Amino acid sequence: MIELFHFQILSVILFAIGLYGVLARRSAVLILMSIELMLNAISINLVGYSSFGDFVESQKALGQVLVIFVITIAAAELALAIAIILRLYRNRSTVNVDDVNIMKW
Amino acid sequence: MIIDLASLGFYIVAGITLGGALVVVTSKNIVYAAFGLLISMLGVAGIFLFAFAEFLALVQVLIYGGAVVIVVLFALMLTRIEDFKDISNHREWPIALIVAISLFVVIATIMLKGREVSVNLASVDLGTLGTNLFVRWAVPFEVASLILLVALIGAIVLVRITDGRQ
Repeated sequence: MIELFHFQILSVILFAIGLYGVLARRSAVLILMSIELMLNAISINLVGYSSFGDFVESQKALGQVLVIFVITIAAAELALAIAIILRLYRNRSTVNVDDVNIMKW
Repeated sequence: MIIDLASLGFYIVAGITLGGALVVVTSKNIVYAAFGLLISMLGVAGIFLFAFAEFLALVQVLIYGGAVVIVVLFALMLTRIEDFKDISNHREWPIALIVAISLFVVIATIMLKGREVSVNLASVDLGTLGTNLFVRWAVPFEVASLILLVALIGAIVLVRITDGRQ
């Protein structure tokens, strides 16, 4: 029987994998893809609570509405981040985040 | 213990999702990583189906499977792809692994402690979801559309070619 617990654990594992990707990868595009993984982990958690939690109907609907907002913000963030990466590549001809250290103290 | 069919399907789809995610964070070839992201996103759509959220599964396939992966592939093609061999992983990746595992252990422990057996199969139907989204949460919805518009204009302004002067 599927219960809320399964969704929670899957969400945590996916979030941890995404966090590892953000920390370990050096290409900006790969870091962006790992951030998408983390956002999807949050969506899984919200949907799991929305369907398997002990809530009234308007609260269940709020869970799914929040997932729609997460997807919207993820799309906007992705478009802006890709634009910044392309600009970075045009100016510095690299997408390696270790080489972009002009603001490093 | 006998595993029922729904749990078996859930484990398979969850395995596909996590496998795609692992390809994203470990693959040396960045195109493989992009397709791993596609597999993982479609797996998440399947997970949504197991939670009876059909509309969200549809949205997930359309936006992530369609738009996001295509945009990422465009970014890979517009930046130089042969450079990615040697910058795939950071030198200090074991530290990142330790941080990720400790985050997993902490949150999973909390979730194990607060585990409650509440199998409540009543999900939200599409009419209720639409009423909530467009009546109760109409103002956040409009703000989200404004954010999308600003992001669109900002992306165009950022990548515009300014002849010579930066």
